[in-house]
Amino acid sequence: MSYFSDIYKGIKTLLTGMSVTGKYFLHSQKGGITQQYPDNRETLKMFERFRGEVVMPHDVNNQHRCTGCQKCELACPNGTIEIIWDRQVDPETGKKKKLIEKHIYHLGMCTMCGLCIEACPTDAIKWAQNYENSVYDRTTLTRVLNKPGSKLMPGVED
Amino acid sequence: METTTINNNFKSEEYFINMGPQHPATHGVLRLLLTIDGETIKKVEPDLGYIHRSIEKMCERDSYQQIVHLTDRMDYLSSNINNEAVCLAVENALQIEVPERVKVIRTIIGELTRIASHNLWWGVMGMDVGALTTYFYAFRDREMINDIFEETCGARLTMNYNIPGGLMFDIHPNFVKRVKEFITHFKTKLPEYDTLLTNNVIFQKRMRGVGMLSKEDAISYGASGPVGRGSGYSCDVRKLHPYSALDKVTFNEALRTEGDSFARYEVRIQEMWESMAIVEQLIDNIPEGDYQVETNAVIKLPKGEFYQKVETARGELGVYIISTGTKNPYRLKFRSPGFSNLSLLNHIAVGGKIGDLVASMATLDLVIPDIDR
Repeated sequence: MSYFSDIYKGIKTLLTGMSVTGKYFLHSQKGGITQQYPDNRETLKMFERFRGEVVMPHDVNNQHRCTGCQKCELACPNGTIEIIWDRQVDPETGKKKKLIEKHIYHLGMCTMCGLCIEACPTDAIKWAQNYENSVYDRTTLTRVLNKPGSKLMPGVED
Repeated sequence: METTTINNNFKSEEYFINMGPQHPATHGVLRLLLTIDGETIKKVEPDLGYIHRSIEKMCERDSYQQIVHLTDRMDYLSSNINNEAVCLAVENALQIEVPERVKVIRTIIGELTRIASHNLWWGVMGMDVGALTTYFYAFRDREMINDIFEETCGARLTMNYNIPGGLMFDIHPNFVKRVKEFITHFKTKLPEYDTLLTNNVIFQKRMRGVGMLSKEDAISYGASGPVGRGSGYSCDVRKLHPYSALDKVTFNEALRTEGDSFARYEVRIQEMWESMAIVEQLIDNIPEGDYQVETNAVIKLPKGEFYQKVETARGELGVYIISTGTKNPYRLKFRSPGFSNLSLLNHIAVGGKIGDLVASMATLDLVIPDIDR
């Protein structure tokens, strides 16, 4: 007898559960929850704090804010950032000044911890919201952040 | 060679099979060597090391700020609580008092992490015992928490939001609004979880009386978290040794005495309610103030040994630092909850069937990177 009542109870709770799924089947949420990802690239926008990759903003005169203090290089846990720098004579004051030649960023090694951006005293680097980082050749993930021919913005000191 | 000697000792009916390292029910690269007689399990031997990344050794190389981001990669489902554990250990060693604002935000984010983790566990648990719908429903609700984290912390899973001395940056202006939205949303969805799965007789028959663990065994195996509390072992670190803002909130410790898989299931469902209650108590009055205390750029801990334990979604996580006064720890040991919880798998699975092993393993809620580190 308990055999039949077990079957009855099993089917009853199964139908109770299916009332939930049935509710969503008939009254689906407005617009749906699933994002149609490759098709919605135009409208898909990441949050402003999203950590996609590290970039160095340049202004219209091709000037950046990096003084080459190497604090980001020191803060990085896994050697993602490499800075090649040189002491050059500043034409205005005539003194020798530390200037960057290349700010190399290995995106393939980056863990997106954000310590470099925390450490930067002059806000020279920031996060970009780029999220499509897959490439065919990993050498393309090594990037030089300062643009060719760029200079240090006047007035930026660390 | 080893296999042949094992085979000689076998009785004719017994044989062994590998479950994993690539098995969907082990949720990661865990290999279980099962000795089986027919379908009855005689012995379960977990084989670890497939995702060992030597995080503890890497910590000896890194500075105290850099250690925090490695803990994201241990128990990735409760990454914010792991971060908090390291930060609390360093702050206690330096005797820094962080502002009230930091404490409250840390607690809110920690409890949201716990909800997200239990939510994912619920979905995957249903899938393990054959209810595929739960997976989609759980991910639908977890997505809202992930969005909150993405907006405030900048990442969805490996946040690295805590730093020794406070938080990396202040909460996003939308944070409070979004959390309240989530709480009202989730309060209507959690009863649906019960209708869909908990009250289902077929599901209950799979879970009740399976994977029995007595209170004595739970204590002697070092079980913690929902696994220990499902056996009546009161071990909530949030109650016993409150940290951050947890001493200011009232909540009940989810406790069951049955000790079977269903008890562990019920504990986690109740913990989601309790975590929501904690968030509700704190979200309306986050105190004003700084989100960070200035620390030295190079943190040097005083000579000595420091220990801090927190309650992650899986149980008690301990951070044990030995410092010699330099900028790196001499040794850093993590007491991970998953490792102790895995050790009792053999005890609870022997005598059951393979299907019961999957059901009881799902209620242990193992995260393999947490076990291997």
